[in-house]
Amino acid sequence: MRRRAARTGWGVGVIDLDAFAAEVGAEGPVTITGVGSRGGAVPGVRTVQAPSGIQWVQPDEMIVCCGAGTPVDELVAVLAEHHQTAALPCGGTVGGALSLGQADLRRLGYGPVRDVLLQARYVSAAGEVVKAGGPTVKNVSGFDLCRLLVGSRGALGFLGEVILRTRPVAQCSQWFHREAGEPFEVFTQLHRPVSVLWDGTGVWALLEGHPDDVSAQAREASLAAVDGPPPLPGGSRRSIAPASIATIPGRFVAEVGVGTVHHAEPWVPPRRSQRVLDLALALKHEFDPLGRLNPGIDV
Amino acid sequence: MNEALAADLRAALAPDRVRTNATELGLYGRDASNIEGSTAVVCFPLTTSEVQAAVRAAHRHGVAFVARGAGTGLAGGAIPLDHALVIATTKMNRVLSVDPVNRMAWVEPGVLNLDLTRQVAHLGLHFAPDPSSQQSCSIGGNVANNSGGPHCLSDGVTASHVLGLEVVLSDGSVVQFGGEAPEEDGLDLRGAFVGSEGMFGIATKVLVRLTQNAPTVKTMLMDFSSVEAGAQTVSAIIAAGMVPAALEMMDQLCVQAVEAYIHAGLPLDAAAVLLVEVAGLPAGVAADTERIVEIGRLHGAGAVRIAKDEAERALLWKGRKTAFGAIARIKPNYYLHDTVVPRRMLPEVLRQVYEIAERHQLLVMNVFHAGDGNLHPLLVFDKREPGVMERVHAAGEEIVRASVAAGGVLSGEHGIGLEKRDFMPMMFAPADLAAQAAMRRGFDPSGLANPFKVLPSAAACGDVQHVPDGAWV
Ligand SMILES: Cc1cc2nc3c(=O)[nH]c(=O)nc-3n(C[C@H](O)[C@H](O)[C@H](O)COP(=O)(O)OP(=O)(O)OC[C@H]3O[C@@H](n4cnc5c(N)ncnc54)[C@H](O)[C@@H]3O)c2cc1C
Repeated sequence: MRRRAARTGWGVGVIDLDAFAAEVGAEGPVTITGVGSRGGAVPGVRTVQAPSGIQWVQPDEMIVCCGAGTPVDELVAVLAEHHQTAALPCGGTVGGALSLGQADLRRLGYGPVRDVLLQARYVSAAGEVVKAGGPTVKNVSGFDLCRLLVGSRGALGFLGEVILRTRPVAQCSQWFHREAGEPFEVFTQLHRPVSVLWDGTGVWALLEGHPDDVSAQAREASLAAVDGPPPLPGGSRRSIAPASIATIPGRFVAEVGVGTVHHAEPWVPPRRSQRVLDLALALKHEFDPLGRLNPGIDV
Repeated sequence: MNEALAADLRAALAPDRVRTNATELGLYGRDASNIEGSTAVVCFPLTTSEVQAAVRAAHRHGVAFVARGAGTGLAGGAIPLDHALVIATTKMNRVLSVDPVNRMAWVEPGVLNLDLTRQVAHLGLHFAPDPSSQQSCSIGGNVANNSGGPHCLSDGVTASHVLGLEVVLSDGSVVQFGGEAPEEDGLDLRGAFVGSEGMFGIATKVLVRLTQNAPTVKTMLMDFSSVEAGAQTVSAIIAAGMVPAALEMMDQLCVQAVEAYIHAGLPLDAAAVLLVEVAGLPAGVAADTERIVEIGRLHGAGAVRIAKDEAERALLWKGRKTAFGAIARIKPNYYLHDTVVPRRMLPEVLRQVYEIAERHQLLVMNVFHAGDGNLHPLLVFDKREPGVMERVHAAGEEIVRASVAAGGVLSGEHGIGLEKRDFMPMMFAPADLAAQAAMRRGFDPSGLANPFKVLPSAAACGDVQHVPDGAWV
């Protein structure tokens, strides 16, 4: 039994997901891809794509509703017309960004990707349309299934339509640099910077807000305006305690106050404990007992 | 009482931290809701391993266990049903470590919300979620209910401030979800645990994010001759691209009650007042304040009072935060609701709230987080009046229905617990509820962690539901 397309109207999903649900079906392995910018489909498996398109933007509620297949860049461009933005990394699709759950360099100020998803309508392993969360910025009605879906890499369900929290575009947004700097010194001098980066010698900071505040902050921390952040080494994206960035060897750019490190060398993330792995597998089994969704993707 | 369970617990914990006398069992059978449960034993662990021992004992005896913080929950989340074991975290109340540079702290779950903020105040930091109950509620309860407060408008609710958790699962194993590192591999179990209302396990340590205090704060009060005008001002502020630190509204009845209580010079003739706080760096705060006042005036704001100093700011906030105390002087009992509606629907839903209360011959006051559309209609009554409880519950249900029908949700911060469990189908279809039940089974296959809450019976897969006598859910 599949749920009928949701009612149209306030804050409710609007995309008819029946066709997408039928495509995902209830049997056989299936994988989902956006534009393939984040790894794409599992090879050799029947591939589906989520619906795309922006359904509505409500700047006075700071929310937007779109198909999960919508390119992030398109979303950001349309939101910009309303002086809003979404804390999603650019490139790829909205569904891909949510499924991976990795924030961009603005995480310090904008928060993690998991805080962006308010409501999701996804297709489950049984081929049903399921709703998680709700359309308002504040909501504790039931368990937080949205946070479980963000970062689950399509292993629990395929996102069809999402309602995201947006934020106003800052009046002024400027990257700054200081040639030689101790990362934590600059970090503690600034009030709620959007990003602070350190490559072992220099410090970069992204400051946003009222232009006078931005320039005053930059002056106090002896920062000079630059075009943008430094290039990020692509060997690995590491996630470590932010207190330990001061001692990383090698070539890197570290996100101060966050703990994400863009490193030139590859990296193997620490293994989670067996009990945590078992718990993740138990959840996978509850949501997808036959292991048909994105087979081979680890939870 | 369950003597065998109590004996096991006494062996595992110190005997004086295992209680079975009738008075205490009665006390721990209640929280701040109107619901009463039944307690088998209450215990007060000091450490994670004592929590683990208590959970294992419950498991061995096939008895359900309920984590309890300060018992200020309003949805009946901490109510033990069917002679459950209550595991109270009150004695686990230490701040374990603070990293003032990276702004995080490991705390035990029994630390009180305001105590944490006080302990880090000298570092220029605070814990952002600030429920009105912050003097008495625990961080563990905040985590379990994903609590909010006035300042969650710009900073987000508890979920945005929990980086990691140590949890005792229902089989007694101890796990860590999340931590200092920002992106754990695999599923976000930390995120899924926040808001799980004690049904996924017991949090024994919490890694919280601490927030920098703002260098500049402006607090202002604007009065309006209609609730609509106040509500439209709220939408217009957000539509103008500003997110104030707080944006709270009080209606006339509430203002009058508060003024009689604290004498802050609040406008008694206004139909509604807005309390707006802007925080940040000086130029941004000045510009936003000016624009907000302008927007208020455009919507017919009468007087605009901007707090001159910290004392006046504290006074204005005292008005907001003591609203519940003030109301107690009008009628002895109150029932506080909690729903969220889209901001632009505030005028319409508030109109319905007044109409519903009037039809049920009840007095209603509104004091709420207008900035995020989080309504808190407060029904005040005297429960000695015959038949009044029926009217209170009927009106409450209608308020929840009106909120959901307006595109809103069942609860913004108090949670579902027992109170709204049977309302869940208003918002969720069977398949949606089945997915939430699947989450619960994944975390707690035994079903012993705080059973019978949140999920209505059909979704809980054939469990027999026991709602205690006299409960009104
Ligand atoms: C006057 C008043 C004002 C209030 N104002 C607000 C407000 O502004 N915003 C708001 O959000 N809430 C508010 N509340 C509700 C309440 O204070 C919050 O829900 C609070 O977070 C509950 O904390 P507690 O320690 O009292 O939890 P309890 O009531 O003891 O428990 C609440 C839930 O948490 C679970 N729990 C407790 N500790 C743990 C743990 N360590 N691990 C796992 N589960 C646990 C319990 O099982 C239960 O389900 C208010 C309540 C009152 C009485």
